[in-house]
Order: sequence, then structure tokens, then C-alpha cells
Amino acid sequence: MNQLKVNGVDHSFSGDSEMPLLWYLRDILGLTGTKFGCGEALCGCCTVHVDGEAIRSCVLPVGDAAGKEITTIEGVAENGPHPVQKAWMDLNVPQCGYCQAGQIMQAIALLKHKPKPSDQDIDEEMAGNICRCGTYQRIRAAIKAASAGGAS
Amino acid sequence: MSHIQNVSRRGFVKGALSGGAFILAASIVPDVVRADTAKDTPADRAILHPNVFVGIEKDGTVYIIAHRSEMGNGSRTALPRILADELDADWKRVKIIQAVGDARYGGQDTDASHSISSFFSVMREAGATARLMLIRAAAEQWSVPIAECATDLHVVVHVPTGRKSGYGDLAFAAAKLPVPKKAELQLKSRTKWRYIGKDASLYDLEDICRGKAIYGMDARLDGMVYASIEHPPVLGGTVKSCQNDEALRVPGVRQTVLIEPFTPPHEYQPLGGVAVIADNTWAAFQGRKKLRIVWDDGPNAAYNSDTFRAELQETARHPCKVVRNQGDVDAEFDKSRTTIEAEYFVPHLAHATMEPPVALAEFRDGKVTAWVPTQNPQSVQELIAKAVGIRKQDVICHVTLLGSGFGRKTFGDYAAEAAVLSKRLGKPVKVVWSREDDIKFGYYLPVAGMYLKAALDSKGKPAAWLQRSVFPPINSTFDSAARYGSWELNNNWIEVPFDIPNFRVENGPAQAHVRLGWLRSVASAYHTFAVQSFVNELAHNAGRDSLEYLLDLVGPPRIVDLEIPGYKSEPGYPLDIGRLRRVTELAAEKAGWGKRKLGKGRGLGIAAHRYAHTYVASVVEVEVTEKGDLRIPRIDTAVDAGTVVNPAYVRAQLEGSAVFGTSIARSGEITATNGVVNQGNFDDYPVARIDEAPYQTNVYIVESDAPPAGVGEPGVSVIPPALCNAIFAATGKRIRDLPLSRHRLI
Repeated sequence: MNQLKVNGVDHSFSGDSEMPLLWYLRDILGLTGTKFGCGEALCGCCTVHVDGEAIRSCVLPVGDAAGKEITTIEGVAENGPHPVQKAWMDLNVPQCGYCQAGQIMQAIALLKHKPKPSDQDIDEEMAGNICRCGTYQRIRAAIKAASAGGAS
Repeated sequence: MSHIQNVSRRGFVKGALSGGAFILAASIVPDVVRADTAKDTPADRAILHPNVFVGIEKDGTVYIIAHRSEMGNGSRTALPRILADELDADWKRVKIIQAVGDARYGGQDTDASHSISSFFSVMREAGATARLMLIRAAAEQWSVPIAECATDLHVVVHVPTGRKSGYGDLAFAAAKLPVPKKAELQLKSRTKWRYIGKDASLYDLEDICRGKAIYGMDARLDGMVYASIEHPPVLGGTVKSCQNDEALRVPGVRQTVLIEPFTPPHEYQPLGGVAVIADNTWAAFQGRKKLRIVWDDGPNAAYNSDTFRAELQETARHPCKVVRNQGDVDAEFDKSRTTIEAEYFVPHLAHATMEPPVALAEFRDGKVTAWVPTQNPQSVQELIAKAVGIRKQDVICHVTLLGSGFGRKTFGDYAAEAAVLSKRLGKPVKVVWSREDDIKFGYYLPVAGMYLKAALDSKGKPAAWLQRSVFPPINSTFDSAARYGSWELNNNWIEVPFDIPNFRVENGPAQAHVRLGWLRSVASAYHTFAVQSFVNELAHNAGRDSLEYLLDLVGPPRIVDLEIPGYKSEPGYPLDIGRLRRVTELAAEKAGWGKRKLGKGRGLGIAAHRYAHTYVASVVEVEVTEKGDLRIPRIDTAVDAGTVVNPAYVRAQLEGSAVFGTSIARSGEITATNGVVNQGNFDDYPVARIDEAPYQTNVYIVESDAPPAGVGEPGVSVIPPALCNAIFAATGKRIRDLPLSRHRLI
């Protein structure tokens, strides 16, 4: 039995400990904001925070996430959008939007480590997140906007 | 609840949809689509609903139907805004309802960049119809002439007295009036537009950013099971035997189900194979790994893409079927002292939609309800009906948001899989494709070999031009015997509008060995690459500036109206060289062509064309480092798409197109060995990431009051040639075959 804390709520899971956190979030808890893109940690669609760090939930076994604080896109802000989400909205970043939850989760983690990221910081930290619609220049601009706006 | 009674039934003229997609829908919808029965959407149930696209409730809520698919193209926002504009509705009081697949809406196949061009007038008229009824209801209530009444953002105003009544208050009275005829409608003048031509955010923007938007991947039903399908590795293969005992021992796996192979041609049918049914996606994936299947690989097991490539290119070296012939190219080649020839190649490409194919379907009581991220819900209805043996009208296809489409999601094979499995299992089934399934079982863009030859006059300008392309045709998906291109030849091939007296276009035969389909920019992806690269080669040969040379070939402003059998330019959209020149000049000017000092290892390249009635030119700036690494600091794109509805998303589409085109050029390549596709995920089918994409794409929209055109695709296919032309300018290295990952740049 694994104990998991997701967006501040405690859960216990008696299923396969090897199941990636992604599928536990999506299929078992019904938290579908976190997306499936590749299953191999190659695209970043499934990015969530585990103890505040951005990780690819498609390759993290549930058993390894037990006892840790897991935050998904649904849990990053309670009232109104997070400053990073706000920046994404202000700059009309999304096109299809499918990858954007992962992008936002990665960007929040980036800004936590580097409140004023350089272009190179952004390249390094965001290169794991694919956007097939090609919204990268707006992602870069939104990260800078959120940074200037004092995102935590 | 009152519905309009005296609505005449209008016929829905369906176009000849052979090959499905590229027949523009302008001809397949009636002037104003009218409701013939009360259907079950909030718009239909609203008090006033003069046509299928709009309903107004007594509280003033305006429901507008989005009948095209939203995959990042922005049509779910843009089309309703056109209607809202003519209705003079307050956008904040508009609720958008996504249509199910239903022929009453006209064409719903969201492809070929034509949602706006085909439905601009329909949406305007739908909104103007409701607006006129509200005005007439108010005039009647106030006993004043209609001419004294106007609308102003959700209210009707009696202009002389200033008396006002809200749309909601008038809806009931308006619903009792006859629906006005098209000739009675007064459309707004352009200067009165509130929304058309103004930037707007996506209707779903906040939901997307907060993880609340529902894509096909997110659809759920109580009691549903999950399915993952092992498809035959070679197209047309079948299961000889399958041992499932180990798969069944995986916790959460319930059973396996054999899915019958398709009957050729494969069209949109499921590929067949073995489905693993489980309690969750992960268990289904794990179960699949434990299947032990022996396949009969069938007729395509000898397909090797390297050999095939050589065959295509060899075919292109010899005379092929002539599809356009002007003047006497051969005579000019015979007498010319200088001829130049070159071969170009573009491999198969996969769509790699961010959301892999996925569908949820429930078969119950002889009917199917499906939730599908599809570009083509009416086709899904037909496909499911055929696959499970029911009538089309007994299939309800809900359209979720699409985690991108790029043409892949016009093919509903994955939806049919879910319906077939649900019928077999008696419960809702969600079919989830892995990324490997997506890459290995795509409807690929055809691989193409092209040969170009020009005879040059003393100034280095072509006196004769020959171009041949050879590719397996997409029609092979619908006709196993298809060998020659058809409408692909209209994708920047037959209509190449150069001012050259002797001009011949040819197309050679090729047989398909994998499923083929349209992918964002379609045949233009290879045709424009060859043509715009060759122009650059000729410019270099002549020692002339490539921009000036391109403009010289394009020739003076004029309307080009080719009279060629099988080729037809769309009525209302003549090929206007003045507009093509303008975007070319604008992109060059904004890029600082010939003026800006570029650093070491840097170069500019240009390409321009018209696609989906849109004129577009891009100047790409590259930097090739001493190690041979490629950077793209900047792209300047000028676009003339006629009347623009939402400039914010025109810019977004062109920015995205630059990245998509970059992916094609840098790394897009699907190959096959013994019929099996070699790639499977983003490690071996890489797409551009943030550090590989253009750093900055500037988009310049040419103001125009021409009819609206499309913006989803045109900007993609100018990028690979402009990029390769820039690499040539920077390094002297000429790239004639994609992708760049096969080449060293220094």
C-alpha cells in the first residue's frame, strides 16, 4: 500500500507500485490535467512537481513518489491562476494547449531555481518540453514576463 | 419552449469527397444553413434559434455552435466571433457549444486551412439573420419603423428615442417571426466590425492553462475499460497466432481481443491486430509487451525506404506524365548553351501530434456514442457505423479538443477501434495509442523525389523550365491501384507562377507501401522545397541576388489564370502576382535584406509561395557555428491572408508554422526496413525543441479586404527551402535532400 499526497490531499493506493505516477494521477485519481505524450520522459507533457522539483511522471513509479508532496497543474494555484499561468494567458501562449500544463509546471520550477533566467537558462531547463504547435517564443516571453512580475 | 416552426428544409449539397479532404467546402454548404429539426444542443433549445449555428436564451445568453475542430488553429474562437460580430452580441455573454458530427452543419472536416474561408459568409449570415429578427421584434413591440431601429452590443435601440431592449427580452417575440431570407439581410460594413480583425484570446485559454480543458485523452465514462492494441508491424499484415497467457497474468489485464484486418483499400479502417483490455492504461501497455504474436507480414514486407528512394529518383530522371505544358521546353533545352539540373528529395514525415490518437466509445442498444479528438466527425460517424454494422445516424461523435491534429486526426481509424471493441465487450472502451503506435502507424506524408532542369539565357534567366515530381499518391489510401498524384499537383506544383515562356510540369508513378495522408502543408512540403531551392541555385549561378532573382522569375504584377485540364483555381481566389510580390518584398524589407550586417557564419534565405489562397514569404536567418551546429536566430514572415478574423492567432499560426517547418527541415524522416517503420518516439523521430526552434519569428500581416484565406499550413513549407537557402548563403553548402540531420553543415 502506497501513501500519496497529491495537491495536499492524502490518498492510498493498493495497486501496482511500478505504475508510473502519470497513470495513477490520470486513470486512478482522474486528474487529467497532466498529459501523456511519450511515456519515455522525452517530451515533458507529463511534468509534475514532486517535493517542488519538476519531474516526468510518465517514468516515475508510484512507489517512488510515496510519502512525497506531489503537485499537478490542478494544484499550483487555489484562487485564480498562478502568476506563471497568468503570464501564459496574457501572452496567448497556447495553441492546441496539450503540452502547456507540462510547460507551465516546468517553468514554475525553473523560476523557483532561477528567478531571473537568461535565454540560456530557459533553453537548458525547457528543452525537455516539446510543443509541437511551436509556441516556444511565447513560452520564452511568458517565462520572462512571469519573472519580471515576481513569480515565486 | 418555442421553436421556429416555418423553417424550410434545405438540402445539403454534398461535394464529391473522393480522397476526402481537399475539396474546399465553399461549395458544400448552403448559403445559410437552417435547422430542420430540434436537436439537442443548448443553441437548439434556446428560445430563438433561427439556424443551426446560434441560439439566444431569455437571459440573453447567446449560444454559438463551433462546428469545426479546435486543434490550436483557433477556429473554435474565430468562427463564433464572426457570427457574434454580425449579431452585434457581447462576446462576454457568448457560450460556445462544440458540435457533434452532423451533416446539418455542412462540412466539418477541419483540414486544408479553410475553416474561415469556407464559413466566413455562412457565419456572418447566421448572425445577421438573428440580428434582423431581434430588430423586427423590437420594432413591432414599439410600433416603430424597422428603419429607425439599430443594435448596439446585445440590445436593440430605437434610435430617435433611445429606447432599448435587450436581446434576451426580445428572443421570445423574435422567435415568432419568420426567418428572413438571405436577400433581406444587411451585413455590417467592414468599418462597423467589432470582433473581425481584432485580436482575441482562445475561448478555452484559461481552462487550457489551468489543466481543466478536456482533450480526447481526458474523456472518461463510468465503467470504461482501457485498450492498447498491437498492430501488424507491416501494413496489410495479419495475425497468424497469438499467445496471450503471459499478458493475462499482468495485474489489471482483463482479456485480449483479436481485431480483424482491414479489407483493402485501407482507407480509414482499423489496421487490425490484438487488443489488450485492462483496468487502466498502464496495465494495458504492460500486457501488450507480454503478447507473443506471430505475424504474416503480407504484401508490403519487402518495402525498404532506401531502395524506394533510389527508385523514385530514377523515375524522376526520365520523362513522366505531363501535367502542364507551355511552349516548347525540349526545343529550348536542345538549343541552349547552358542548362542546369538538380534533384531534390523529401522523406516520409509523421504528424507526431502532441496527443497521440485516442478515442472513447460506448456501444449500447445498437447505437454508439464516441468522444474523439477528430478533425472529421462526420467521417467518424460513417466509419464507426460501417465497422459495427449500424446506421450513420445512430453514431453520435462528440468532438473533444484535439491535442494538435496536423491532418492525422482526419483519419478516424482509432475511433473505429474503440467502437469495435466496445461492441465486443459490452462496455465503454477507451483506446489509447502509445507514442510508438503513433509514429509507427501513421498516415505519413508521401516521400518524394524531384528533378528540375532549366535552360538559361545569356542573363542567367530560364528560357525553359522542367520540373518532375514522383511520389506515392495519397489517393492510394482510398484506391490501392493509385500510382499518380492528383490534387497533390495543385499544391505548389502545377501553379508555379513563374514568368517563363517554356514551362513543363511532369508527374511520375509510384506505389505506396505505408498508409499515406495529408500532413500540414501536404505536397507543398516537398514541391516548394524543390522549386524555391532551385530558384536559389539559379540565382547563385547567375551571380545575382536571390531576392531580386526570385522577383524576376515571379514577374510583373498580374493575374495568372492557368487553363490546364484537371487544374482549377478556386472561384474568387485568382492567383495574384502583385500580392505574391508584396509579401516577398515585405518579408525581405523587414529582414533587412541586403542592408543588415550579418555576423560570421550567418546567412539569409528566402522563399515565397501561395497556398490555401494565402500569400506568404519567409526570410530565415541562420548561424552555422564552427562546429557545424545550426542556430536560427530569426525568421521574418510576411503574410497576406485576405480578410483576417483574428490577427493574434494568424500570428500564432505563422510562428508555429516556422517551428513546424524547422522540424521538417532539421530532422523529419520516417524510414522503413522490410515494411517496418524504424522510428518510434521523439528520440529517433526528433522534432524541434525550444533551443532548436527559431529564436524569434516576426510576422507581418498585409492588410487586405480580399476574401479570407487559410493560415494553418501556408507558412510551413516556405521554411525548409528558405532555411536551406540561408545555409547556402552562410556556408556555400547546398542541401538538396532533407532532413539536415543527414548532413554535416561544414
